[in-house]
Parts: sequence; structure tokens; C-alpha cells
Amino acid sequence: MATTSAFQPNARGYYGEFGGAFIPEMLYPNVEELREQYLTILADPDFQRDYQQLLRDFVGRPTPLFEAKRLSARYGTRIFLKREDLCHTGAHKVNNTVGQILLAQRLGKTRIIAETGAGQHGVATATVCALMGMECIVYMGKTDTERQRPNVERMRLLGAEVRPVTSGSQTLKDATNEAIRDWISNPVDTHYIIGSVVGPHPYPDLVARLQAIISEEIRKQLLEKVGRELPDYVVACVGGGSNAAGAFYHFLDEPSVKLIAVEAAGKGIKSGHSAATSVLGKPGIIHGSRTLLMQDEDGQITEPYSLSAGLDYPGIGPLHAFLGASGRARFISIEDEPALRAVAELSRLEGIIPALETAHALAALDQIGAGPEDIVVLNLSGRGDKDLDTYLKYAEQMH
Amino acid sequence: MNRIQQAFQKKGKDLLNIYFTAGYPTLDATVPLIQTLAAAGADLIEIGMPFSDPLADGPVIQQSSTAALANGMNMRVLFRQLQDIRQTVPDTPLLLMGYLNPVMQFGVENFCRQAAEAGVDGIILPDLPLDDYVNEYQEIFRRHNLKPVFLITPQTSEARIRRIDELTDSFLYLVSGPGTTGGQNTQSEGVQEAYFERIAAMNLRNPRLIGFGIGDKASFARACSYAEGAIIGSAFIRALEGAEDAPAAAKAFVSSVLH
Repeated sequence: MATTSAFQPNARGYYGEFGGAFIPEMLYPNVEELREQYLTILADPDFQRDYQQLLRDFVGRPTPLFEAKRLSARYGTRIFLKREDLCHTGAHKVNNTVGQILLAQRLGKTRIIAETGAGQHGVATATVCALMGMECIVYMGKTDTERQRPNVERMRLLGAEVRPVTSGSQTLKDATNEAIRDWISNPVDTHYIIGSVVGPHPYPDLVARLQAIISEEIRKQLLEKVGRELPDYVVACVGGGSNAAGAFYHFLDEPSVKLIAVEAAGKGIKSGHSAATSVLGKPGIIHGSRTLLMQDEDGQITEPYSLSAGLDYPGIGPLHAFLGASGRARFISIEDEPALRAVAELSRLEGIIPALETAHALAALDQIGAGPEDIVVLNLSGRGDKDLDTYLKYAEQMH
Repeated sequence: MNRIQQAFQKKGKDLLNIYFTAGYPTLDATVPLIQTLAAAGADLIEIGMPFSDPLADGPVIQQSSTAALANGMNMRVLFRQLQDIRQTVPDTPLLLMGYLNPVMQFGVENFCRQAAEAGVDGIILPDLPLDDYVNEYQEIFRRHNLKPVFLITPQTSEARIRRIDELTDSFLYLVSGPGTTGGQNTQSEGVQEAYFERIAAMNLRNPRLIGFGIGDKASFARACSYAEGAIIGSAFIRALEGAEDAPAAAKAFVSSVLH
């Protein structure tokens, strides 16, 4: 696994002023154990053999890099879609859970916990736990269990226990709180598989490294297809930011590659119903990390809104906060409505129904400034099956 | 010597530390509760600064925090409420307990200055990393004569406990077992006993208070047999829940633990 330099966290887990590990003492030994061992385990040939084999034979990697010609014609540039929607379980999330379950085994853990919002990470975690015969408990906000019912059933079918979370606003933020509380209560036998590049160090780096396979493949595939490894633009949606971290990773130190991170503006930046953390957030601490987060003037964390359950997180990963602050990445916010229009557009132009999260990245294509000679890689992070109800409701409103 | 150290020196053992959430059950309950607790025999008082996402807390303190925020509690209101507290409660050590983010947004310097002006003695911020405390906070705390309190758990290594002891001039907060506040202890008494005795045998500079899962006369007495005293939080807040007269409920609760 190649590493990049300028955008790696320092020894204390900081990207610039963002990152760190702000955790109660009860979590300290767990997080410290992980910090001390993750790089060694990830570099171990035995781990790499198992990880690569599972990515190939179980996940179905490499995922294709597909030149979307009709979409390209529509936007007057050359667009390639990185087909993470074709991963087993339907999204990029499984790249991380495959790696973390192997890590958990090597740490001697027997019980797995996870948080989930839309349910994609929960399903990906339940899937690898079934594969490895490990106990799996998924925390999910009660509101989300109701609006993402099919994913709850999938997790249960896979043998996981889904625990609806009734504290706070009953969504992803609260599910994460509850998973952390479970870890506090079960410090010895349990590994917490965080689903995004958030949480205390080393999680943001761990998850970014496990998702980095996305950009590793993009470079090789682009070289085969167009004779150069570097695109002009890489576009990805950002909730916590795991698919963007994976798509950006091997381009971070390539300044010619413009990195575009697309957030959910919900009903509009100024509407009070938004999840555009890079615009609305201030530095603070959420889930053990110093990063940008949406909060009121008293430092109470506020509830974000997006029609997409995978983007309504009140923070962003510390790497992304740093990419924004340093100017390395450009952030664009997309509202619900244009995202929904982008779903219909990609479906009809390319025969691909994208996830609502991914649709935010698609809806930003006319804002990135790409010209006819440019090569744009858009990370198609997930497929849209889970969002069909939302899409149908929107289609009805349009008639 | 600070008020915390004086309290330990004066009594030596069986110290009762009561936690409650500021602004709960009503916004203006903070000061009457401190006065009642001190008069009823609490040896130390922890004033919880409510936070939207209290990671180390169980359901009872989460709910009291949510209620307190809905009641309008915030740092400015709290310091306004506390500004004359030392006129009526001169000696009982007061500690502020909460999470780092609201303190950061208020400004650490500003927070420490106002806490010191109100007569607060100690600060407990469970998610403040030890290294960050040393590098960024220690000097400010010292300048305002505020004493940090750090948590120790059954998994905390001996070297780390010694380091925490070195950085402390108040007491060590011994978390009784794995779990958040107010949880039932799942480990056997033998395991817990071995942990408390291991810490006691380390001959640390600071006295120890045991917290998490202590809630009545029996559990308080048992904790006191392994340490200088204990901390009660969730059980006290449960006693305030739905009480028409919060100070009366507080007085009855403390009495039930001590007598």
C-alpha cells in the first residue's frame, strides 16, 4: 500500500489542527491498543493476503471504471464513474468492514459493534461478521430504523442484532454515541467498526487506508484507458467522508488533480435544514475528534438535515476539514432537489440508478468547471435500491 | 491547601460526593440544590454542565442533560447562577463536570476565570486527553487555582495511574467498572475488589473516590471500605425526577445514604 506524505496524520492523529483522540479514560486502553497496532497489522503480508483475497473474491474488486459517454456529452467533459455501487452489499462501505474484521481477529476480539445511519455500513458490517462467524450488534437511530426498514431486515437476516437508539434525535449521531457507550461497557472483547473517517485517532486514518483501494484502482484503470494515471478532477460526496477519502487518497499529493467534495445542503444552506458542515460548521469536538461540526453558540451539537440518511452527519472527518482549510479540496453543497434530479438523469442516460448520497456528487458536475479536454472521475459510491421509496415519492410529486 | 484537600484532611474517610446536572429539574434549581446538598452533609458537590452528546454517561444523566438544555441552561446562565454561591456555601468543594466542546466554545481562559471567580475548586472533563491537559490547559488551570480531576478505570495501566497521580492535587476518580454512569456492574465483586485493592496498594499521593454505579447506603458503605469515599450521580438524579420539591427530595436522598 503506497503512502502519501503531506496529508498523513502526525503521531497524535492530527491533520493540521484537526483530529486527535478526545476520549474518556474508559476508552483509552482500547483506542491505544488500536493505535499501537493498526499500522503493523495493515502492513503484515498475512493481513494483506487475506484482505486482497476478500476484496477480490468476496467484494468483487476491482470495481470497473466506466466511461459514461452520454453523461459526458451532457456536461461537455469526459466523465468516468468508479463503480463502487457494484461492490458486494451495494456500496463502498464493505471495503472498510472487510479490513476491520480482519484487524479485529488479529486483535483477538470476538464481538463486533457498529453504528449505522442509512444502514449501508450496518449491512456491510453484518455481512463480514456472518462471513467470519462473529457476534454483531448494530446501533441505529430509531428514526432511521423506520425510514430504512429493508436494511434493518437485511442485517437481521445476516444474523446481526439491530439495537434501535432512542436517545437524542434518534439518528446517526446518536447511534454513534450509543456504539461508543457499548464499547465503554465492553472494553476487552469488543472491536468497534466505525463506518467513516471519523472518530478518535487512529480511526480516520485506518478507514481512509482501507478505502484507499478505490483511488489505487482508479490510477491503474485510468492509465489503461487513457494513458495517464492522473485525472483532472475527482468528485465524491461527503457525509463523514469515507468514500471521498478513498477516492482522494492516492491523489492527495498530486496537486494537478482537483479534489471536489460534495456535501448535502438539505433544504438550503440558510434554511436551518442542512448538513453542509464545511459551510455551517465550526471547529469543535465530536465523537472523539477535533473537526468542523455543526453546533450552536454554546457548543451543543445540532441536528443536521438531508433527505439522504447517509449524509446527515453533523461533522466531517478531520482529513476533510483539513483538506478544506488548506484549500486542497473544494467543497460544494447540493440541495435535496437537484440531487433527486441527478438520480433521474443518471438512470436515464447511463442505465445506473445511484444512491441518493452519490447523487449529490453527480449534481455538482455542472459546477466544477471541467472542460472538454478534462478527465473527471466521479466516485459512484453506492446503488440506489435502498432509496427507491424516496425516488418514487419524488416522482409522484413531479406529476 | 485548596478546599478539596481541606475536605479530605478534615474528614479522612467516608466522603460523599454528589453529582447533579445544572438546570435540572428546573433551570433555577441549581443554587438551592447546592445549598441543600451542603447542609445535608454532602462533602463535595459536582455540578454537571449539560452537553448534547455526553459519551461517558448512561441514560439517566443523558436525560437530565437534555432536560436541562431544554430548560435553557448554558455556561453563561450557570456562571450567573453561581456568582454568589460562596456567600451561602463557603466551604464545600465545588467541581464543574462536563465535556470539552462547550468549554472550548466558551473559551478555556474565560471558562477558568469565571469558574474561579464563582469559587469553583475543581474541573472534571472526561474527554480532555491527558497530553492536551499538560500542553494546553495546565498553565491556565494553575493560574486560576483550579484542580483537575482525572478518571481511572480497571484497564488503566499502572504507569498511567502514576502519571495521573502526579498531575493531580485533589482526588482520583476511580471508575468502579466497565460502563457508563449509572450502569449496573456486570463484573464480580471479587474482580472489583482486586482492582480497588490494587489501586490502594499503590500508595498514591491523592485520596480516591469511587464512582459509577454507586447509588445507596449499602453501595456507598462498600465503596468507602476501599477508598476515602464515593460519588453518587445517576441515583441522585433519579431521586429528583418528578419531585415537586427538589431540595426536599435532595435532603431525603442524602439522609438515606448517610443514616
